[in-house]
Amino acid sequence: MTKPKIKMIVAKPGLDGHDRGAKLLSRIFAEAGMEVVYTGLRQTPDMIVETALQEDADVVGLSSLSGVHNYFFPLVVQKLRENELDDVLVVGGGIIPEEDIPGLKEAGIGEIFGPGTDTASIVEYIQANARD
Amino acid sequence: MFDKDKLEEIKKGREQWEKGPLDKVLGRFGERKDVFTSISGTPIERLYTPDDTAAINYDSDLGYPGEYPYTRGVQPTMYRGRYWTMRQYAGFGSAQETNARYRYLLDKGTTGLSVAFHLPTQAGYDSDHPLSMGEVGKVGVAIDSIEDMRQLFDQIPLDKVTTSMTINAPAPVLLAMYLALAEEQGVAWDKVGGTVQNDVLKEIICRGQYIYPPKPTMRLTVDLIEFCQKHVPRWNTISISGYHIRESGSTAAQEMAFTIADGIAYTQACVERGMDVDKFAGRLSFFFNAFTNVIEEVAKFRAGRRYWAKVMKERFSAKNPRSMMLRYHVQTGGVTLTAQQPLNNIVRVALQTYAAALGGCQSLHTNSYDEALCLPTQEAVTVALRTQQVVAEESGATDTIDPLAGSYYVEALTDKIEAEIDEYIQKIDAIGGTLSAIEEGYIQKEIQNSAYRFQKEIESEERVYVGINKYKMEEEPPKNLLKIDMTLGEKEAAKLAKLRQERDNDAWQKALDNLRKVSKSDENVMPAVVEAVKAKATVGEICDVWRDVYGEYRPKEFI
Repeated sequence: MTKPKIKMIVAKPGLDGHDRGAKLLSRIFAEAGMEVVYTGLRQTPDMIVETALQEDADVVGLSSLSGVHNYFFPLVVQKLRENELDDVLVVGGGIIPEEDIPGLKEAGIGEIFGPGTDTASIVEYIQANARD
Repeated sequence: MFDKDKLEEIKKGREQWEKGPLDKVLGRFGERKDVFTSISGTPIERLYTPDDTAAINYDSDLGYPGEYPYTRGVQPTMYRGRYWTMRQYAGFGSAQETNARYRYLLDKGTTGLSVAFHLPTQAGYDSDHPLSMGEVGKVGVAIDSIEDMRQLFDQIPLDKVTTSMTINAPAPVLLAMYLALAEEQGVAWDKVGGTVQNDVLKEIICRGQYIYPPKPTMRLTVDLIEFCQKHVPRWNTISISGYHIRESGSTAAQEMAFTIADGIAYTQACVERGMDVDKFAGRLSFFFNAFTNVIEEVAKFRAGRRYWAKVMKERFSAKNPRSMMLRYHVQTGGVTLTAQQPLNNIVRVALQTYAAALGGCQSLHTNSYDEALCLPTQEAVTVALRTQQVVAEESGATDTIDPLAGSYYVEALTDKIEAEIDEYIQKIDAIGGTLSAIEEGYIQKEIQNSAYRFQKEIESEERVYVGINKYKMEEEPPKNLLKIDMTLGEKEAAKLAKLRQERDNDAWQKALDNLRKVSKSDENVMPAVVEAVKAKATVGEICDVWRDVYGEYRPKEFI
């Protein structure tokens, strides 16, 4: 039996408009065989969790280049948990200082991918860590 | 530029060189790659000769600086007269903090201000709006009301500096605040100079700070242009921007082509409003990127100048030379900077600065080497400004006009990029114009395909990026990154609460009611906006009136 497709939400929390990376990765995840929904810009944590619920997502990918990751990323994890979506893998990317990464991981973000990351390694991580 | 016989002779000479010395070396050593391409993917030949520029007519294709078609520059003396304006985009935290950075920059020799607003202001929300959470003061300064604006320009005389404001959908509001402030300082409106970005189309294409649907947001854009033409004649009413198009992944030619397509749309909208092209076009300005491939950038700028001049003359029948000039600001390529080995970015920015200078820009922002990591620190900002000063004062690029003209390579690439621009403009015309091309997602998809191609080239190591896919090394995590006060949101919210309590709420209500009425009519909104900001209406309150009247834009996503 083939493994079911990984269902992935790519989301841009907050007001940040930089979506080159989010769009590019959406395409690359789709090419890697995942089912991808890109939310577009200006998503609140509630909107992201709502999409995750509706789409029965396995993975939520958050992108932020405006410095709001410490505020938004943990909030998304918390709201997923409140909705009993504990097993949804949350990953993040963007302009995120290395010193912020331990705190984000502690808050429940699986991995943070900074600028210059090889996209294949992101795909690999998700395939290895998404729920079965 | 050579006669026919001479060209034949040169061609023969080339054939002999190819059969002789070239073949011998190729046979023994080969070349590094089968195909050489620019960062935009344009194939680059081994050698350019007079044959590649044979079709150029010097007078009609190149001409003289300050003369049609402006290929060689928009002013007769260029940097021999004066250098470009060194304008560093800056803003973070509160108005007070940013005011201190501005005064520091002015003290260090910067010659114009450039305001970075935080995202809530750019998206037309006040600092206490739920969507502003976490964003207050982050990527720019928090400006909610005229009181913040007053603090931002404290002790900066508005008749002595020019100010560029990166503000788009809410541009009428921020310009109104600036004009009200000028009045307070006793500076007449015809003495203030500066720019508002006011380019809403590229927000929809790629930058994301849109508020209203294309049509009403274009109406506000045109209102501002019309108002300034009458009352603020030294103001650049729009900065039609390719910068963000390039940042989001386009090629050099696409950057120029889609920006010109936007320029055509704005010009058309103003003409349809009944404005005389020669009365407003001289105040349209542009904003481009500069990547590290110096020659390609120079060719892009030259091709863009020539093409825009033709558009204005031929399509819009402009008569005034100023209407035909592509005057532009440049910012070095943010997306070219790497988080890996960040000091390497100083070199990238230096090359990009050199490209901007050789290309003939009117003003320039140089990025700081730490911008792939965080907002720039004061040290990095200083190096960035010094980079401009080194290029201006030491490189010699500023001693003669359009120094690369006549290079077979540069001229051939200029022609090639111009041809690509023309092809895109024709395609967009065939789709039904820029707005239709955006609605269909044509422009967005073209940009995304280029971004995808570039990423694949990097990952397959077809294209080398130093520190990313070659010459990598282990690094210590960077220290001393700029941090923004996380409690700023609360402070700004408290300020807003106080403002709302203390202002004359009758006058405020009256001003907003009037704005609503005018916004529903055909009347120009600007006078009503000026009155509203004077009555201490906030950015969010004014933008909400328009959200009510015009609705909000929700884009289709094209992946």
